[in-house]
Amino acid sequence: MMSNTLTDRQKQIAGFLLVAVALAALPWFAGMLGNSWVRVLNIALLYVMLALGLNIVVGFAGLLDLGYIAFYAVGAYVYGLLASPHLTDNFEVLAAMFPDGLNLSIWLMIPVGACIAAVFGVLLGAPTLRLRGDYLAIVTLGFGEIIRLFLNNLNAPVNITNGPQGINMIEPVTIGSVRFSRTVELLGIEVPALHLYYYLFLALTLLIIVICMRLQHSRIGRAWAAIRDDELAAKAMGINTRNMKLLAFALGASFGGVAGSMFSAFQGFISPESFGLMESIVVLCMVVLGGMGHIPGVILGALLLSGFPELLREVVVPLQNALFGEVLVDAEILRSLIYGLTMILVMLYKPKGLWPQRKGNNAPLRVAA
Amino acid sequence: MSGGLFSAKGLCKRFGGVQAVENVDLSIQEGQVIGLIGPNGAGKTTCFNLITGLYTPDAGQFSFQGKTYQPKSPNDVARMGIARTFQNIRLFNSMTALENVCVGMHCRTRQGVLGAVLRTPGQRNEEARIEEKALALLHYVGIGQYSNHLAAQLSYGDQRRLEIARALASEPKVLALDEPAAGMNATEKLKLRELLLQIRQDNIAILLIEHDVKLVMGICDQVTVLDYGKVIEQGTPAQVQQSPAVIEAYLGGLHHG
Repeated sequence: MMSNTLTDRQKQIAGFLLVAVALAALPWFAGMLGNSWVRVLNIALLYVMLALGLNIVVGFAGLLDLGYIAFYAVGAYVYGLLASPHLTDNFEVLAAMFPDGLNLSIWLMIPVGACIAAVFGVLLGAPTLRLRGDYLAIVTLGFGEIIRLFLNNLNAPVNITNGPQGINMIEPVTIGSVRFSRTVELLGIEVPALHLYYYLFLALTLLIIVICMRLQHSRIGRAWAAIRDDELAAKAMGINTRNMKLLAFALGASFGGVAGSMFSAFQGFISPESFGLMESIVVLCMVVLGGMGHIPGVILGALLLSGFPELLREVVVPLQNALFGEVLVDAEILRSLIYGLTMILVMLYKPKGLWPQRKGNNAPLRVAA
Repeated sequence: MSGGLFSAKGLCKRFGGVQAVENVDLSIQEGQVIGLIGPNGAGKTTCFNLITGLYTPDAGQFSFQGKTYQPKSPNDVARMGIARTFQNIRLFNSMTALENVCVGMHCRTRQGVLGAVLRTPGQRNEEARIEEKALALLHYVGIGQYSNHLAAQLSYGDQRRLEIARALASEPKVLALDEPAAGMNATEKLKLRELLLQIRQDNIAILLIEHDVKLVMGICDQVTVLDYGKVIEQGTPAQVQQSPAVIEAYLGGLHHG
């Protein structure tokens, strides 16, 4: 018995190490195919963070949110404003206070982005506490558009967001003496900046996964699931549904904020265009396609829906050239077509998602005695 | 109406043109089982909803353990110590039986986001305690073997038992049961009766809405009979059974026309 459990434990550790090595080696393999693939990986990780954040609101607490990308935008703009010369260029007071630019540490900016996004989450949550389903969806949709319109128009009378031109010259991430802008040498290995971002995003994604899993198997996760299943019964069981919903909005938004700030640093340029309704819908599709409320499913959904279009882009044109000698269908059109068809088929045949949650998702984790 | 565990005085609730509950008084002493009976639409469930904070009363005073309270929200009432079940079962269907009972312990446990994320020793102990107690409660109501089944997969009678276990998890002083025997067969009713007597023995007072007269008369200390939102009789089961007003309400009289 004892040796049996030991080998199980060993198997677990071996599996864990294997996954760790695979994840660490992934960008190098992708890099062999071309740097654009490492970029795809990085964007995919950003989407995983977003999908996991939205999953807290939609999957765990059952609150349909169609404006989730607003929190991504808030995180992106917080980082963008703090890490670019835009603010000091436009406000003399700030320029006088910080003659060399703001130069904030990344360890400060990530939490600040997350917190401000969380505040916006509560701002959205508070007036919508009594709404459910379609009504909530409409209000959140409006909220997402309001944020985008603000970003688009807050360049006058005081230029805060630089309007439709967006913010550029955003500083890349700097950790210690390592600046994520060109290839650096770490432990004798030449590591391109793209790979550095990959590792940073991976670390943040893993952190978010752990947070989500632990929350799910806790009193909070059970309270959310109760609200999702039957709000009235949840109230009657002594759950303060108001606070729990606000908590879901705030936590979901903060993950979106983190993803947004990373997007901002990674791209070096942001504009309101990146935060349209379609983005909200894409993230929601990831959650629904993967399996609402089920963390591995949501990750799968995010990876599929962010990676698949890139794969298509790469394959469609050469394939048609080889088959017909000319390009008949544009990759972009085919992408929308397959995207839509996939969603319809999944909803018809696997309405709970590709990898739906099983029972016992909120049970207390057995504590080793 | 001396102090007692719980009392409600002068409860009134009107829905548009319908006076659903009019001037109803209820009181419970510790360890008592109080029956609330009456024909369909008499206002029994409305009374429950007023007491547990689901509806706001038009008038009425409530006191619990000697203190007056205004039932503003259901979660406050549950936290205070009045737990309830529902006439049309309202379990958390995506969760297992065990998880359902765990949810019931929400208002008696404390861990927050930080505790859960860091898995602090306090949080771990609390989770272990929650699981242990939830399992014990499932055994208490007699469905321990189904702890890992989804709530929706349980039989009707077992779902009703699960609702009782979930309500008990919030450590109530008063357990309000809305037709717990509805849809149960004779054997299940007998087992339910034993369970209710056991709960009373564990010093939890029960407020019981039930149509099964045999069950009500068998276990209640006091019975209140409602008709058209008004109390038409209040007394021991024997007194109530003799009351002409009750007989008329149940068997029909001329003035109901």
